[in-house]
Amino acid sequence: MFNFFLLILIYTGIYALMALGQNVITGYGGMLSLTQAGFFAIGSYATAILATRYGWSFWATLPVAAILSAFFGLLIGLPTLRLKGDYLAIATLGFGEIVRNVLNNWDSLTNGPMGIQKIPMITIFGFVINPYKKYAFLVILSIAVFVAYLLFQRLARSRMGRALAAVREDEIAAQSMGINVTKYKVYAFILGASVAGVAGSFQAAFTLSVSPGTYTFMVSVMVLCMVVLGGMGNFKASILGAFIIQLISYLPQLTGLTAVIPPQFKQILFGLILVIMMIWRPQGLLGRERIDYTKGGKR
Amino acid sequence: MAIAEFFQHLMNGLTLGGIYALIALGYTMVYGILKFINFAHGDVLMAGAFIGLFVFDWLRGSAPSGVWTIISFFLAMIVSMGLSALLGMFIERVAYKPLRNATRLAPLLSAIGVSFILSNGAAWAFGTRSRKFNYPFDNTPIHIGEVVITPHQILILVVSLIMMIGLKLFVDRTRMGKAMRATSLDQSTAMLMGVNVNKVISLTFAIGSALAAVGGILIALDFKVYASMGTMTGLKAFVAAVLGGIGNISGAMFGGILLGILETFGVAVFGIPTGLKDTIAFGVLIIILLIRPEGLFGKVEKEKV
Repeated sequence: MFNFFLLILIYTGIYALMALGQNVITGYGGMLSLTQAGFFAIGSYATAILATRYGWSFWATLPVAAILSAFFGLLIGLPTLRLKGDYLAIATLGFGEIVRNVLNNWDSLTNGPMGIQKIPMITIFGFVINPYKKYAFLVILSIAVFVAYLLFQRLARSRMGRALAAVREDEIAAQSMGINVTKYKVYAFILGASVAGVAGSFQAAFTLSVSPGTYTFMVSVMVLCMVVLGGMGNFKASILGAFIIQLISYLPQLTGLTAVIPPQFKQILFGLILVIMMIWRPQGLLGRERIDYTKGGKR
Repeated sequence: MAIAEFFQHLMNGLTLGGIYALIALGYTMVYGILKFINFAHGDVLMAGAFIGLFVFDWLRGSAPSGVWTIISFFLAMIVSMGLSALLGMFIERVAYKPLRNATRLAPLLSAIGVSFILSNGAAWAFGTRSRKFNYPFDNTPIHIGEVVITPHQILILVVSLIMMIGLKLFVDRTRMGKAMRATSLDQSTAMLMGVNVNKVISLTFAIGSALAAVGGILIALDFKVYASMGTMTGLKAFVAAVLGGIGNISGAMFGGILLGILETFGVAVFGIPTGLKDTIAFGVLIIILLIRPEGLFGKVEKEKV
């Protein structure tokens, strides 16, 4: 039971990274991106391929995963971010499907639907983190989540955070105040993508195998749900949302009712959460974080 | 490429495109009036296909074929259109109407939620196994010269043509159609002119959903009925709507047919592997967004402050 709870916490951490990224894009930038699963997959496969084929250590693959995801974020962001928000949703959704399609079909690189197994475990100072040491993995992951949280928290108070908030509230007004709208949108997108890539890296190192079936549209919707449930524009809330959603997904196993609760139960619940939150509490559980710009921060 | 081969691919593309066009109409009509993408549209298609399947199997009984089978097929289609229209109106009422004055993101997120509820609800209720939709007629291919046409393809072409002409006449010639055009042009002015905007929006969802149900049944004859069938088909139909210029009814029809042809020729002529067939639509989407975001027939809208 304790082990199971650790597992939930680990998935909370992995998804919290993605949710933080989604929050920068959707909560701060006001852009509906539906492709965290795609960047997640790119990060996972970067780690999997580099580690199994070229014997790279996890720590060396981590920045590659982040940079590669960021690059794809730029690639998909540049053409679509100049457009109205609704197109972005579809284009990013399409991108996620393309990634999965390519992973499924590019046999020579990704081993197709079979995926890649036997990914080396993380080692740190000669200490190997095998799947039995869930607590050690959790510690490393928590540090990563904490660092990401601090970075994003600082970012929200920086010039970029303010610019993004302005773009979200009124794009035309922001533009006339001299904010380069496309530039900041693309920045937000790249940041959100790269942190999802890092999450993918951790996922690969935790499960020790990757296959395209993991990176479905469901993942993107789950991440979106976390941000919406917690509260858009609030990084603490994204982490809280990640925890609640993960708890819900493992509810059948936790309560021992796997035989009674249908497997579709959690997806239906995610759908309900999105609709109900939008109608009755669009600001989420915690609501948007108010930032007092008069205190601290560079002008 | 031989002429016959060309016509063969063209025929296949046209039939696929006819279905895309029917579904694309729902996206484009809703976008034209509410300016948002109804993500749940593809799942209404799935619901329509399931309703059609159940009603058809129930009406048909054990009779192998004959006139009654064909009649019950069309009856099933009509029942499915009606029930899907109700479903569409219900979704609008519950999940979108309360959000009409909310931020732009709100209805989109709500629509994604509805889509998830519908597709997973169907998987729960009807199982994940795909079901066969029996042909109501003998589907032996007909040879015209070297070109092979199946009765199913003829059915698709005829039905989608009738639906599209019917819709065009309705929107262009009737009072309610005029109200729809007025609402899509300017909602508040239309309201001031005495148009019942709520009724128009309900009707738009009803028509779009009914057309999606027809598309769902037609596509189910070839690809079976399953809970997630609406996702990919819906996405492609959306691409078709964008290709034709979203909000433009004739554009959606043309975009659907063009996308069907592009997909068929992409695989058959340009040698794109079948596994990557689904990516063609998204490639088209990104290209069209880059070079002509308003679509082939769309008007460029200047944003006013």
